Amino acid sequence: MTLPDAEQTLAALADRMRGAVAFDARFVGIHSGGAWLADRLARIIPGDHPVGYIDVSFHRDDFHRTGLKPEVKRTELPFDVEGATIVLVDDVLYTGRSVRAAINELFDYGRPERIELAVLVDRGGRELPIEATYAGARLAVARGLSLVLSRADDGRLALAAEPAGGAGEPGGGGDA
Amino acid sequence: MRNPQLDAKGELTHLLTLEGLPAEVIVRILDTAVPFTSIAERDVKKVPLLRGKAVFNLFFENSTRTRTTFEIAAKRLSADVINLNIGASSTTKGETLLDTVDNLVAMNADMFVVRHAQSGAPHLIAAHLNRTGRTHVHVVNAGDGRHAHPTQGLLDLFTIRHYKRDFRNLTVAIVGDVLHSRVARSLIHGLTTMGTPDVRAIGPQTLLPTALQALGVRVCNDMREGLKGCDVVVMLRLQSERMRGALLPSAGEFFKHYGLTPEKLAYAKPDAIVMHPGPMNRGVEIDSAVADGERAVILPQVTFGIAVRMAVLSMLAGNG
Repeated sequence: MTLPDAEQTLAALADRMRGAVAFDARFVGIHSGGAWLADRLARIIPGDHPVGYIDVSFHRDDFHRTGLKPEVKRTELPFDVEGATIVLVDDVLYTGRSVRAAINELFDYGRPERIELAVLVDRGGRELPIEATYAGARLAVARGLSLVLSRADDGRLALAAEPAGGAGEPGGGGDA
Repeated sequence: MRNPQLDAKGELTHLLTLEGLPAEVIVRILDTAVPFTSIAERDVKKVPLLRGKAVFNLFFENSTRTRTTFEIAAKRLSADVINLNIGASSTTKGETLLDTVDNLVAMNADMFVVRHAQSGAPHLIAAHLNRTGRTHVHVVNAGDGRHAHPTQGLLDLFTIRHYKRDFRNLTVAIVGDVLHSRVARSLIHGLTTMGTPDVRAIGPQTLLPTALQALGVRVCNDMREGLKGCDVVVMLRLQSERMRGALLPSAGEFFKHYGLTPEKLAYAKPDAIVMHPGPMNRGVEIDSAVADGERAVILPQVTFGIAVRMAVLSMLAGNG
């Protein structure tokens, strides 16, 4: 299958967010792919957008089947979540389970006024009633494949499809 | 025989001792503990990883700090924590340790945190559970006799790594009653596994075990000589009952030779950190000026201990 170019898709996502996102919205990226995207978006979307990062490991619903993944990162939210407008940023929206976990994680820090969701790619296949507020692209991907976002040394982003269960495990810069 | 702490895939299934625990497992525990240190910064100081699990604190020997920090760790992971008051329990009526365990498993225990005066008691429980196919029940050693105190060793390693970054260029001195100390034994195994090149034990000959050199530890009877060039100084608690055993003349005599004062600490590196597993005897093994001084990291050790125990409990629960 042909995948869209990640940089062009990011530009399309930014176009959809421009003018629609609150001027003071905080951008919270879900590790790892969403964190890279949140950094990029904060620089190109007009307004004042402090960036935070979330690791969803503590709230994952498959913990009892798969345990903690080897590299749990720190959730870092260098601003007050209470009363804030938050844009959750992730690379691929699939089942919706990571987003559910990320919302739980956010609420451990306070009660946001509003949470929106920005994703690079919406690949369908939802298992929870969760929708993206902004999506760079929507495409159908076969069940057996994972979409994985990677970042080169120069910061350029790229999308690839890998057999599911490989390197692109949820939360590790891939499907979720 | 397989390491009883690891399952067939090499994942941690019990934590009994740091001896023989592979470096990659130790690193994984320390890495996992890092994000848990941030739980205390949240409005909700709780994550749901152990929701619905029952953790039994089985303390056959007194402890305040260790039992409390295990309890906090389990509660912050949303487990149900049951503290057994062993003095008032069936053991005093003659029930064997393994019968007690079997009864608690029948009450759907998922994890046992065990402290026992007998070395090997947690190992006995773990082996019993493994043998009887109840591998979904996990055992954590919270201190057994003179043998091991692995979570203390891990929190000491976490503290050292936090302040000194790497183990492979460090000089660490462990001072005092090494002979009776399971804390020292666990730390020594942890440090050597992590590649610490210079580990020293300092104390009077009567309180240093003879086999220390075999563990790769340099033995030193003179405090000033031993502290020279140290990056980390770990003071051990002097247990007052040792004085009665004719191992030491008096507490005052011990303080004179081995008590950590600012004057003696000056022999270590200027940025050396001072650790102590607690409870401290001020004026016996450590001077208040050091204990309350800026190089002491004794209270951060306690805080890190909660994160390290959360990491251990959640890794065990996540491995089936």
